[in-house]
Amino acid sequence: MSLTVLQPGPMVTVQDAGRFGLRDSGVSAAGPMDAPAHRLANALVGNPTGAAALEFAGMGGRFRVETGCRVALTGVTAPLEIDGQACAANAAHRADAGAEIRIGAASDGVWGYLALSGGIETAPLMGARATHLRAGLGRALEAGDSLPLGATDPQAPCLALGGPLPDESGPIRVVLGPQDDRFSDEIRARLSDAEFTVSSKRDRMAMVLDDVTLPAEHGHDIVSDGTVPGSIQVPASGQPIVLMAESQTTGGYAKIATVIGPDLPRLAQMATGTQFRFAVLTRDEAEEALIAARSAEAERLAALRPQAATRLTSEFLLSCDLVGGVWPGDEVVP
Amino acid sequence: MTTPAFLPCGEQALSVELGDSIDPETNATVIALSRNLADAPVEGVVETVPTYRSLLVRYDPGTIRGDALEKVLTERVSSLNRQQGAARLWRIPVAYGGEAGCDLDDLAAQKEIDTEELIRLHSEAAYRVYMIGFAPGFAYLGGLPEILHTPRLAQPRQNIAAGAIGIGGQQASINSVAGPSGWRFIGQTPVRTFDPAREVPFLLAAGDEVRFERIAADEAERMSAEGYTPEPEAAT
Repeated sequence: MSLTVLQPGPMVTVQDAGRFGLRDSGVSAAGPMDAPAHRLANALVGNPTGAAALEFAGMGGRFRVETGCRVALTGVTAPLEIDGQACAANAAHRADAGAEIRIGAASDGVWGYLALSGGIETAPLMGARATHLRAGLGRALEAGDSLPLGATDPQAPCLALGGPLPDESGPIRVVLGPQDDRFSDEIRARLSDAEFTVSSKRDRMAMVLDDVTLPAEHGHDIVSDGTVPGSIQVPASGQPIVLMAESQTTGGYAKIATVIGPDLPRLAQMATGTQFRFAVLTRDEAEEALIAARSAEAERLAALRPQAATRLTSEFLLSCDLVGGVWPGDEVVP
Repeated sequence: MTTPAFLPCGEQALSVELGDSIDPETNATVIALSRNLADAPVEGVVETVPTYRSLLVRYDPGTIRGDALEKVLTERVSSLNRQQGAARLWRIPVAYGGEAGCDLDDLAAQKEIDTEELIRLHSEAAYRVYMIGFAPGFAYLGGLPEILHTPRLAQPRQNIAAGAIGIGGQQASINSVAGPSGWRFIGQTPVRTFDPAREVPFLLAAGDEVRFERIAADEAERMSAEGYTPEPEAAT
């Protein structure tokens, strides 16, 4: 039972929920950039939500399953083909032994997930399968890699969403602090009034924001302290940097605010060049938002239902606008 | 005992600030609070990260809300016993100079002392692990003699070996993984402070004491070949 990597996109990694409890040893959890999408992919194929799946940035690639299993693509809108048949995202599909899975370029979103029933069962390293590139725990996948898969139940149904995914929009919500007192009232107001742009300087570690600077009147250097995913640190350049799944665990730059957990995946999924605003919540409001988001996600996962036809019919395909999502062809994925 | 300041770090973490400066007493309070929470867990506290003068506390607001957690932590800080848990002492063998210690002669010249004197100063000092951060298992070591304080390079070097013994500003360090660094390097230890494949991947923890012991280059090679890993001693 295994998955063979035929032609991976430029950044395909194995990610489980993350490697927790090691921040005091300098290792952030890593895990998925969009954790709810990763959990959904697993749930669709009947895995525990923390099972290891593939994460890819922008472009998936070609893979072959050596045994029959169910697969699901989430996180991005991207063309998915199983043995040449177009398949919808956010639903599970059967792939027979030897089937080739092709995932093209994402037309919406940045971080995509491919879960396979049984889960990827690479050897855990320090208690987890999450790839942490900066810590040297695992690496980006290469052509020819073979990943073991767990046992799959051939009778289990292919699941699909019970309703559409919520249309998340609006500002990215933050809680001020821990070092917002380093910034003047004017600059704190700028945080919620100005329009920021997602720059091309971004990876699993951090995202640099363009177009707005946040100078700290009381200095940008602090006595180094702990960071979390979502910390918005501001170095002397004034250019904000949002820390992500694979960030450093401590830092010496002032952090004006923290993106709340429920909104960090949405920020991570914004295309380079996207403009957005921040909105400031109190900590209490942010805690309520997290609890509400968890409950909505639990309801969504509980409402997954078996689907009869797992592959798209030509009638359905003709009814969709596929111009932005057709397979890009051999020029992009040879 | 200090009154803690609580700084929110989003809705799932807060920073407990226990002082303003980098000093052993403040850091001992931070580590004592971290140990207190490990020994008598507060339901909903997920993880703590000690740093120089503050403790990052990650929590699950589904179990305990930030406001309630601050009250519990205030009580814990007021009743802290800073003596609890003896710090460990690590003796780290170092071959000074050599390829990894390429800055040794340069630094000695810069300080207008001879190389032997620099090695003596570095290896006679007692260092405190203030915190682990920046990279897996990377220890920030305080206690470097003032004459050895050296600014970082404006242009970091691209590939410094794991085990390289460094000086950056007022700190000493043991490189835990290979990688770029703007610190200055004076030697190499055969000890790997981080090895993900080892049963104990990380050797050092905040609050530990470190002492460097000079060894010859061939001794370092031998220890490296056999994968020498020191055992901690009880600190005095």
